[in-house]
Order: sequence, then C-alpha cells, then structure tokens
Amino acid sequence: MAWTRKDLVTIRDLDASEITLLVDTAASLQEIATREIKKVPALRGKTIVNLFYEPSTRTRTSFEIAGKWLSADVINFSVNGSSAAKGESLVDTAKNIEAMSPDVVVVRHGSAGAAELLARELGCAIVNAGDGAHEHPTQALLDLLTIRERKGHFEGLHVAIVGDIAHSRVARSNLHGMRKLGMTVTVAGPPTLIPPFVQELGAKVSYRLEDAIRDVDVIMMLRLQQERMTRGLIPSLREYSRYWGLSLEKLAAHARPDVLIMHPGPVNRGVELSPEVADGPYSVILDQVAKGVAVRMGVLVLLAGRKAEGAA
Amino acid sequence: MSTPASRLREKAQVLDEAGLDRALTRIAHEILERNAGAADLAFIGLRTRGVTLAQRLTAKIAKIDGAVLPVGALDITLYRDDLDMRGVPVIRGTDITFAIKGKTVVLVDDVLFTGRTIRAALDAIVDLGRPRMIQLATLVDRGHRELPIRPDYIGKNLPTSRRETVSVRLREHDGEDRVVIEEPEDA
Repeated sequence: MAWTRKDLVTIRDLDASEITLLVDTAASLQEIATREIKKVPALRGKTIVNLFYEPSTRTRTSFEIAGKWLSADVINFSVNGSSAAKGESLVDTAKNIEAMSPDVVVVRHGSAGAAELLARELGCAIVNAGDGAHEHPTQALLDLLTIRERKGHFEGLHVAIVGDIAHSRVARSNLHGMRKLGMTVTVAGPPTLIPPFVQELGAKVSYRLEDAIRDVDVIMMLRLQQERMTRGLIPSLREYSRYWGLSLEKLAAHARPDVLIMHPGPVNRGVELSPEVADGPYSVILDQVAKGVAVRMGVLVLLAGRKAEGAA
Repeated sequence: MSTPASRLREKAQVLDEAGLDRALTRIAHEILERNAGAADLAFIGLRTRGVTLAQRLTAKIAKIDGAVLPVGALDITLYRDDLDMRGVPVIRGTDITFAIKGKTVVLVDDVLFTGRTIRAALDAIVDLGRPRMIQLATLVDRGHRELPIRPDYIGKNLPTSRRETVSVRLREHDGEDRVVIEEPEDA
C-alpha cells in the first residue's frame, strides 16, 4: 500500500495498515545509521522547518538529523527570540513560514490541536511533534518499532504504561497504536493521574505498580511532568517515587525476566526509574532514541515524497 | 502508486524455464570469463527479483568455479528521481554486509528499460564505498534507454513497444520460471 495522507497529526486517525507501513518503512531505514556516509538523496531540494514552541532536545535533534540524512534542508525555528515571543499567533507565524515554501513543517506546541490547526490551514505537510497532552505520533511509532524488534510481533503482547497518564501525549498515542495492533494495554498510576478516557480506549486500569507489571511483556515508564502539574496531584515526589518508582527489587519480585523497560525520556532519575533500572539490562531507552531517527526519516520520506497533486 | 490502468494480458512467452536457466548459465560463464575468474567479485541484486537472480548466478558460479561469492540486496527507492511523480513505494531496505571497496561489483536486475533504476543504483552503491569496477547483468534488455547505460551481460535482447510490460516470473516469488510480454487488454 502507499501512503496517501498529507499530514501526520495523530495515531488515532490511522488504521493498523498505515501504522504498519510507517513502522516497516522506519525499520528499513535503520541501516543508514550504520553507514560510513550517512546520507541518501531522497529529499534533495526539499525544505523541512522545525517549528518548536516548547523546549525539546531529543525530538528536535532527531527530526533534524533525519532530515539531513535524507539530504533535505532543515531549518530550526524555535520560539525563543522569534516573533511568536512578540505576540504573533501560531497560524500567522506558520503562514509566514509557509510563504517561504517549505515541504514539511514539524510542529511542537503546548496546546492540544495545534498541529491539527496547521494541517488545516497550511498546504504543506505537517508533522505533529507533540501537541499539549494530546498526541506525539512519532514517539509512539519509535516505541512500536522498538517493541517489534525485541519481541518479533505486536499481536497479543501486553504492555503496562505507568505514571503520569493524564499529562502524557506519549501514553495517548501509544494507547491508540497498541490497541489498533492487537496489543493489551494496562495503564497504572495514582488515581489523580489516570484520566477517565483510558477505559473508553480499551485500556485496563491498575492503581498498584506491583499488579500492573506482573506478566507484562513491556513496561513503559512515563516521566512525571512536573512542569504540567498546576495542582497538587501527588502528595510529594518522595511518596510518588516510593509507590510508583521502578526499582530493581520491584522488577525482580513482580516482573517477568524478559520484560522490556522503556521510557520516552527525559528520565527523572530516582523518581520514576532508579538509575540501576534505567541503565540496566532490561532497559532499551537508548535504543528508542536511535530508532527515533529512523522513524522520523520514514515519516519525512512518506510525507515529502508523497505523489504531487495531479501528477501522473 | 500506479494509475489504475487497464488489466494486462499475456502476449508472448519469451523464455521458458529451461531457456531462463540456460541464459543464467551462460551469463555465469561470461562473468567468469570477463573477469578471469571469481577473485574479488561481489554481487548486488536490485530488490526484489534482481536479488534472486544474483543468488542463482552465484550458485552457478560456485558449481563452475567453486568460489562462494557474497550477494547483497539493494533498495534504490531513496535514490529515485521520480518520487514526486510516483509516490513512495514500499521501502524494503538495503542489506549489503560485505565491504564494497576494491571489489568488482556485478549489479543484477531482471529487466533493463529506461536505465533510470540503474542510474539510481550506481549512486547508491558509490555511497556505500568505492568499488574497483561495476558491471551490469540483466536477464532482459527491452530497450528504450533514456540514459547512456549499457549492460555487460544480457540474458535476452527483447525489442518491445513502450506500452508493453515485460514480466519476469521466478519460482521463489511467482511459483514459476518464465519471462512473458504483456500488453493492456484494451489494446
């Protein structure tokens, strides 16, 4: 099958075959990272703009490397020092950027729906690199690629997503993707951090870490998003860490010996993950980062290389 | 990816199973003759059927000469110059585990047509290393070149019209070994 969408805004909109196409494409591009000359000409002459309204190191760098390995010109436009700080609206900024004829705009914004808005307003391809607590599709895709490479398949796997579900676009995108691919998902965390929608999306809910991680194939620990917590949703960091932090002792006592530990980063060491777990043999955190570049190359190739309107 | 064209019907058989095998045997001998043996030879097949043909050629060379030669698989999607016109096909990835530097690379494809695929393949190979030489083997040369590219080994020269399609069917993918010319049903 061929990719037909102009944009990649959510995982929710995609069907299983589209998700599989994205994961397969990324898998086949991983080989480029092992080459001596890490460059292919696929997107020569294409322009990619990274439009980031929120701080990001990993994701922005990952898109930048992906674009450059594909020979595209990548321009970073971050909100600090730009006219957005002077009060220009998102759509106005984006239209100004569009006037410079980019082929793809990668957008990260603190508000849910920002990418959707730009996808509607702009003619070029939009990639959602995270919009508020809504979705982060490329993160879910790289998580899925990591899981499939380690476990060999999707169907029938059981994943526990643990922590701050309410503020997590990573959890939401993964939940949509995993359910569509036939996986079982248990979300776990303090009741204040578990939003009601998760059950509608087909997730099981657990309020005890020890129960949630029993017999699962993958444990995805989320970052406690302190910058998004405006109210006192947890009593204290220490208490959170005690009940919801993953330590070697809890792993050994409750999890399967072949479990994968994932984390979208950045890790709050000693809060959601003990350092021994983050750096331990179950952890695939750095592999996730490496796969991020392949996933973003795949997304950029499929969007920027999409058949031009009206072409024969 | 492709426009919904009319269905194809078989017009003529070009090679049957024995003919296809004889053509590959001859090419294997020609490769050994041209290169005075199998030293420093490496094969790269273009996905998908070029890889299968490369594997068959190296199996024949192993029988003739005893040499076990490496075979790599090349996906040239990322090197195409017509992605905007065709859309991105499924990318199946490049898998070349041997060092290309200093090797005589025999590039294998099933059908040679405009030459644009080979142009892309040459760019892709050069990005992976600096071979001593690249030679081109194709099972069918159907003409209509748009670039100055010429094969070194040809299974069958086949004059065709542009609206015809040459279909190389191999046991591993299609359950049979033969080459046919197809034309649109509405012709």
